Amino acid sequence: MSKTITIALAGNPNAGKTTLFNTLTGARQHVGNYPGVTVEKKAGAYIFPSGEQATIVDLPGTYSLTAYSVEEVVARDYLVQEKPDVVINITDASNLERNLYLSTQLLELGVPMIIALNMIDVAQDRGITLDAQRLSDLLKVPVIPILARSGKGTPELMGNALELARKNTPWNPLHISYGEDVDLALRTMAECISEAGFMTDSYTPRWLALKYLEGDSQIQEKGRKNNPTVDAQLQEIVARVSAHLHQTMETYPEAIIADHRYGYLKSVLRQEVITHKFDIDRLHASDRIDKVLTNRFLGPLIMLGVLLGLYKFTFTYSALPVAWIETFFGWLGTILSGLLPDGHLKSMLISGVIDGMGGVLGFVPLIMFMFFGIAILEDSGYLARVAFMMDRVFRIFGLHGSSVMAYIVSGGIAGGCAVPGVMAARTLRSPRERLATLLTVSFMNCGAKLPVLALLTATFFSNNQAQLMFLLTLLAWGVALTAAKVLRLTVLRGESTPFVMELPPYRFPTFRGLLIHTWERTWQYIKKAGTTILAISILIWAMMTFPGLPKSEEEFFAQQRQEVTASADQTTEALSLKEKLAAIDTAQAGSSLRHSLAGRIGTAMESVSWLPGFDWRTNIALVGGFAAKEVIVTTLGTAYSLGETDPEANGSLAETLARDPHWNPVVALALIVFVMFYAPCFVTVVCISRESGSWKWGVFSICFNTGFAFLLATLVYQGGRALGFAG
Amino acid sequence: MPTILLREMQKDQSGTITAVKVGGELGRRIRDMGIVPGTRITIMGRAPLYDPVAIRIMGGTLTLRNSEADYIEVEPA
Ligand SMILES: Nc1nc2c(ncn2[C@@H]2O[C@H](COP(=O)(O)OP(=O)(O)O)[C@@H](O)[C@H]2O)c(=O)[nH]1
Repeated sequence: MSKTITIALAGNPNAGKTTLFNTLTGARQHVGNYPGVTVEKKAGAYIFPSGEQATIVDLPGTYSLTAYSVEEVVARDYLVQEKPDVVINITDASNLERNLYLSTQLLELGVPMIIALNMIDVAQDRGITLDAQRLSDLLKVPVIPILARSGKGTPELMGNALELARKNTPWNPLHISYGEDVDLALRTMAECISEAGFMTDSYTPRWLALKYLEGDSQIQEKGRKNNPTVDAQLQEIVARVSAHLHQTMETYPEAIIADHRYGYLKSVLRQEVITHKFDIDRLHASDRIDKVLTNRFLGPLIMLGVLLGLYKFTFTYSALPVAWIETFFGWLGTILSGLLPDGHLKSMLISGVIDGMGGVLGFVPLIMFMFFGIAILEDSGYLARVAFMMDRVFRIFGLHGSSVMAYIVSGGIAGGCAVPGVMAARTLRSPRERLATLLTVSFMNCGAKLPVLALLTATFFSNNQAQLMFLLTLLAWGVALTAAKVLRLTVLRGESTPFVMELPPYRFPTFRGLLIHTWERTWQYIKKAGTTILAISILIWAMMTFPGLPKSEEEFFAQQRQEVTASADQTTEALSLKEKLAAIDTAQAGSSLRHSLAGRIGTAMESVSWLPGFDWRTNIALVGGFAAKEVIVTTLGTAYSLGETDPEANGSLAETLARDPHWNPVVALALIVFVMFYAPCFVTVVCISRESGSWKWGVFSICFNTGFAFLLATLVYQGGRALGFAG
Repeated sequence: MPTILLREMQKDQSGTITAVKVGGELGRRIRDMGIVPGTRITIMGRAPLYDPVAIRIMGGTLTLRNSEADYIEVEPA
């Protein structure tokens, strides 16, 4: 049995890489992350008809192999370090010249490769004919026309891959001439590199020299660490050539290099490889659609409709399965509570484990529906148009046009959810803009904050509830965008990432592609969020349970129960006895909560929380709200010893608050703004950490948001009091 | 032949790129996407707020912000 062959798929974004990968590997895929970065690493198994096995690795889509974003670095590092047996370079035949730019760089690297000409159907429709054999002769690599969608041509493609893998030829870098100045510099630098043995175990000297000239920051950094003297020598040559080129031709080494690569391609393609039947500027069907969809007036209107539609779709259709899951976990809780004896174990299993798992899995339908919707927009090509239309607005705040999706899903239209919102930020490719989006989407009014807002506005602002809720939505947008701007001016300072982006032609997404896309991302959520959240959920349960009431108080409540039961024997009916017992239970729950660690924290926090006007009850509720914002209303109920408070029908809590002398509209408003902007719930925090690749950002979001919310709430409370509204 | 900046081109106007006057990451990115001297481009349209701009190049469509288009000189056809 021979060893497993490794085949890497490389290509431009939108060339059909994912489609080919799915066609080849079917369901035998495995998704992970490249170490240290959030780029997905997808690998799958393929079995040749002859029985040999191959692992297929789907590299991130890139336009180049020079470090620009993480995608390029990941793709290149994989090729150089893992040295796959064969690289399949998938290209879009309808846009070949641009696509071959990456192929040229792969040739220069020298990997054993095959070019797959994908989308020949599209090329044909556009009147483009390609001579694959001729291209193959000129580039000296196999060129195979395929249709990734239907799998046409893939047996031949894989046959060639197997043959190439068996030959096991050494890497054979292509040398392109870059003109006198650059060639001379390259030679000098390559000699210098060879002599010093400078990183030659990983790279060939000429390739390394080329990357230095291209100003590849990642390679230069590696070089500096590896051998500062050689690095300095090379940098000096680069500086000299750059200065010379700038003086004589007002140009840059990287410009000369790119020009010559395209020149090389043009010289190849000119030799009757491509023939166009129609004028190149002819409008494609896609362009005609764009005339409407990105029209100055119609475009934004349609976009609003589409985004509203996505939102409705996600939150309306997922409501039912979400309810099923809730019912299921409720049922599981009831069963367990019947089976287990009263005690801490039962309490932990029900309030910690089951509620925690229910919390994680409850989001699953939401995430699935959202990713399905986004997959449609992404695969059809519409998402790129949204970014195109929104970019001007979002750029003002240091964000990117693609950020809009994450904000809307998170609750830009009140009632969303930050968890899928954070995950929607994946469609952003610019790191700083993406991080700024990740960290600010949780300011939106998600569905879980709504019960709190509804309770407080109904109780204290019943005359203007609708207007106030609308104002709060606007406030959320204002705060989120301003916060993004502040972040981009401080911790995430830096140039905005270039917007140069492709508008892919509109295409009908395939159902299978959509399903794979959706399932992959949903499964990752379950896997990653599940473990962490279970732990935190148990922790929060423990905080709200321990330490229990002291013996004396337990006895006090037990004694009360006895008294009530004893007196009931003679006079009262069973029903009122039950009521009285329940009242004692809730009173005890209230005392226990206050006595618990969470309660003590809440009480201790009064030393600062008087600033925004919160008492210990509110504090406990806010601590509980970190588990899930829905909990705020219920915990407040328990703290006021109201027993189980139904968040939907919070009549009694509203009455209590309205009567309580501590509460007034100013306190209510301060609490509203605090709840809107303080620490995201921990599911969101976990997602932020996962998506940003570091716990640092999760912790940052807790501190930053809470600090900001505290400031704003204090301002509201103290300001309101000073103006005499607290009457 | 007079050249103009890409920003100044009208919708549906075509031309040939004569120079890309930017280096560094942006310069590399622009060239990676096929924006190099000698290439023919056509303005496909602009976003509702007049920025970014969409151009047809080498059979595909790209978008650029106006601030990025300012580095690109074109000889109108
Ligand atoms: N007409 C046609 N469309 C294709 C073909 N292969 C892929 N596509 C479509 O091209 C789009 C982009 O493909 P995808 O695999 O997501 O590209 P990636 O970005 O390279 O992974 C999807 O909508 C595919 O359905 C093909 O051979 N013919």
